[in-house]
Amino acid sequence: MGHKENAKTQANASEGNATEGGNATEGGNATEGGNATEGGNATQSGNATAATTNAADSQAHLTTPTRLTGSEILWATLVGEGVTEVFGYPGGAILPAYDALRKFPIHHVLVRHEQGAAHMADGYARASGKVGVAVATSGPGATNLVTGIATAMLDSIPIVCITGNVSSKVLGTDAFQEVDITGITLPVTKHNFLVSKAEDLARVLREAFQIARSGRPGPVLVDITKDAQQATAEFDFEAAKPRAYRPHPMLHVDDSGLAQAAELIRNSKRPVILAGHGVMESGAMEQIRTLAERAQIPVGLTLLGLGGFPASHPLSLGMMGMHGEAWVNEAIQEADLLIACGMRFDDRVTGTLATYATKAKKIHIEVDPSEINKNVKVDVALVGDLREVLEQLLPRIGSRNNGGRDGSAWLKTIEASKGAVAVRDINNLPDSGHLYAAHVMHDLWRITGGNAVVVTDVGQHQMWEAQYFHHDKPRTLITSGGLGTMGFALPAAIGAKFACPEKEVWVVAGDGGFQMTAAELATIVQEKIKINIAIINNGYLGMVRQWQEFFYERNYESTPLVSPDFVKLADAHGIPGRAVRKRSEVDSAVNAARSATGAFLLNFMVEKEDSVYPMIPAGSGLHEMIRRPDHDPLEETADDK
Amino acid sequence: MLHTFVAYVEDRPGVLTRVASLFRRLNININSLTVGRSERPGLSRLTLVCEASGEAGHRIRASLFKLENVVDVDDIAQAPSVTRELALIKVAASPRKRAQIFDLVEVFRARIVDLTSESLMIEMTGVESKIEGLIEVLREDDGQVLEICRSGKMTMRRGHHVSSVVKAMGVVDGEAAEPEVEPAADSVAGEAG
Ligand SMILES: Cc1ncc(C[n+]2csc(CCOP(=O)(O)OP(=O)(O)O)c2C)c(N)n1
Ligand SMILES: [Mg+2]
Repeated sequence: MGHKENAKTQANASEGNATEGGNATEGGNATEGGNATEGGNATQSGNATAATTNAADSQAHLTTPTRLTGSEILWATLVGEGVTEVFGYPGGAILPAYDALRKFPIHHVLVRHEQGAAHMADGYARASGKVGVAVATSGPGATNLVTGIATAMLDSIPIVCITGNVSSKVLGTDAFQEVDITGITLPVTKHNFLVSKAEDLARVLREAFQIARSGRPGPVLVDITKDAQQATAEFDFEAAKPRAYRPHPMLHVDDSGLAQAAELIRNSKRPVILAGHGVMESGAMEQIRTLAERAQIPVGLTLLGLGGFPASHPLSLGMMGMHGEAWVNEAIQEADLLIACGMRFDDRVTGTLATYATKAKKIHIEVDPSEINKNVKVDVALVGDLREVLEQLLPRIGSRNNGGRDGSAWLKTIEASKGAVAVRDINNLPDSGHLYAAHVMHDLWRITGGNAVVVTDVGQHQMWEAQYFHHDKPRTLITSGGLGTMGFALPAAIGAKFACPEKEVWVVAGDGGFQMTAAELATIVQEKIKINIAIINNGYLGMVRQWQEFFYERNYESTPLVSPDFVKLADAHGIPGRAVRKRSEVDSAVNAARSATGAFLLNFMVEKEDSVYPMIPAGSGLHEMIRRPDHDPLEETADDK
Repeated sequence: MLHTFVAYVEDRPGVLTRVASLFRRLNININSLTVGRSERPGLSRLTLVCEASGEAGHRIRASLFKLENVVDVDDIAQAPSVTRELALIKVAASPRKRAQIFDLVEVFRARIVDLTSESLMIEMTGVESKIEGLIEVLREDDGQVLEICRSGKMTMRRGHHVSSVVKAMGVVDGEAAEPEVEPAADSVAGEAG
């Protein structure tokens, strides 16, 4: 948390900082990126500003203090922070900034709606681990960002949103397109700033980046008045460096806590590791794996944790919680020790707290002290960066042959509880001629070899993806977990593609959510990027329909959904596509999409009233799940037709 | 239970909103909040009292720390401390009635700070219960109390106490810390003084 350095009582601009060092280098390399050069350098020589006098070295202003406009300072600081792409939409209050953009090696992606800009920055951050940047104008531009900012907040994603605002002279007068965006976004940002002076810009922006990526990451908004963009100030990138990041003062891991945790692990008979998003954020994949293997502990994952521990690993239990498989939730309920790693015991994971894992002692390793004992009371809290804590803990954990625990009995019990469910390979189910989303997800996984980055929307398809696409690597599933934002997938996938141009990116969206941000199809075309789009078209707001089926006596109020012909919609954008109606068509369709040079859309016309099993009704205990009907639903529903 | 937090926050626009917004988000009512300059330039000190479950203290403190503008947070809990509140009370008082009020003020160790022909103003510092005691007595006479203005609580730990922020700011112990004082007679937190 950056706040400790805000106590301006110690001048220590020169203080060295390990975290910063890493990013500085990253910045240096990043600015050489291909797309950076296009408009940038060519136009520079014609420009009189100090920033561009040295056309040979676009970085000159980063090392030599120069006098620049606020707009130039904005982009120059972003360049210095390693930004190569921003996602945005112009307007009056941010126009000075846009006017200066062409002088800098930053590629601007024009979105179709500012919500898309925030989601793109978010997808970029999730795919790369770097800070994503969104830009919008004042008023409606800024308010359109809000859903995207909240999405990033609930999932702890580092993004920086830049908004223009009216001139500082008229702030607070309801001037044209004035809105109090720092007020509006206060509860959905990690922090936000209003900048009304050009000379404050570099310092504030650098602090914004530091806050966004440090500790528990999150979104930061910087609102810049128009006059601050227009005024000039001395720009000194080095001097604007924020004080070294100092961790939250309540972070501490003491020897006794580590010893206690090691002791609990050693003596446990039925332990389970609960791995969450923090595994990715802290880069603790290796450490989690070592812990699991050394002590022979099975690993359950949260939705956002998928990929943090390989799905194909024999100790992987898969996703836990509301739509987790029975054996995962049963293992948690039977466990005598839970080791929660970078997760926050969300209600979708725990079910009702009264009956949650009552037999288990709990160890919580977490970077945010305010998460400790928030939902679940724990026995040992190790508050710190997950990877660092595990590095300290691991030497204290003996291996099976070396004073450690023997986990084989517990693992056998879990294996047995998988029973018939685990043996059933969805791939072997008879092809009834109908198409099921689960089949599509499974086939997509099989055909891509699990090597794609999948960006999902929110709903049934999201859960099917989590169940049937097995993620072995981190950052290969990008999904809105905490806020559950429909419309997330398409824009977030665009951001992810910019972060990893070399990777195969798939959108998996429902027919409902896709229509929320479908306008971004045009962005794909304008940017000439290759993204594969799979629409899981069930003609319903499926997840809501499922709740109506289970809990509202099948009163399908307002969930049947009429959609455009998505293939024609894509075609209108110049994106080829095809509809898929049978399982036998899936392979060739997926391959057609993969081999197309540009974007491609597949409209999977799946079974309409299929449901996601198992399901723990909201507010019930983990053991009270609605199981798959006796006959496999995938066959059962097929017979209905 | 009542929780008392003492926090050092940056003295700049919007900081109080962030603190207040946190409590709104947690759905916790703030009973009392006082803010003013602290011994450190650029930092304000606030005392915040709120009603929340016993376990909530840790989380509130941790959440306050998460605010970028908050530099230090102390959860006073049951620690020995002094809490005071200031009240200004305007009462209607004709010259005939003054003497009676003067006596009351004397008993409560309050002060008269303004006097006109129809009214007078009492200033009183003390713990909540004492201030309420005075108000109650004044109210026994119908219509006498015209206005009440109360500051809310201010709290400070007793004795040698170098907060983490003072340490973080690099102040050497001897410089910042007062010599340990003998606990006064009214040493129990929140008791009369
Ligand atoms: C912006 C937004 N509005 C409403 C919801 C509530 N909601 C959750 S899932 C869902 C249905 C999604 O339907 P669709 O996109 O077709 O996906 P499906 O569940 O059918 O796979 C709805 C409406 C939400 N999550 N986000
Ligand atoms: Mg649907």
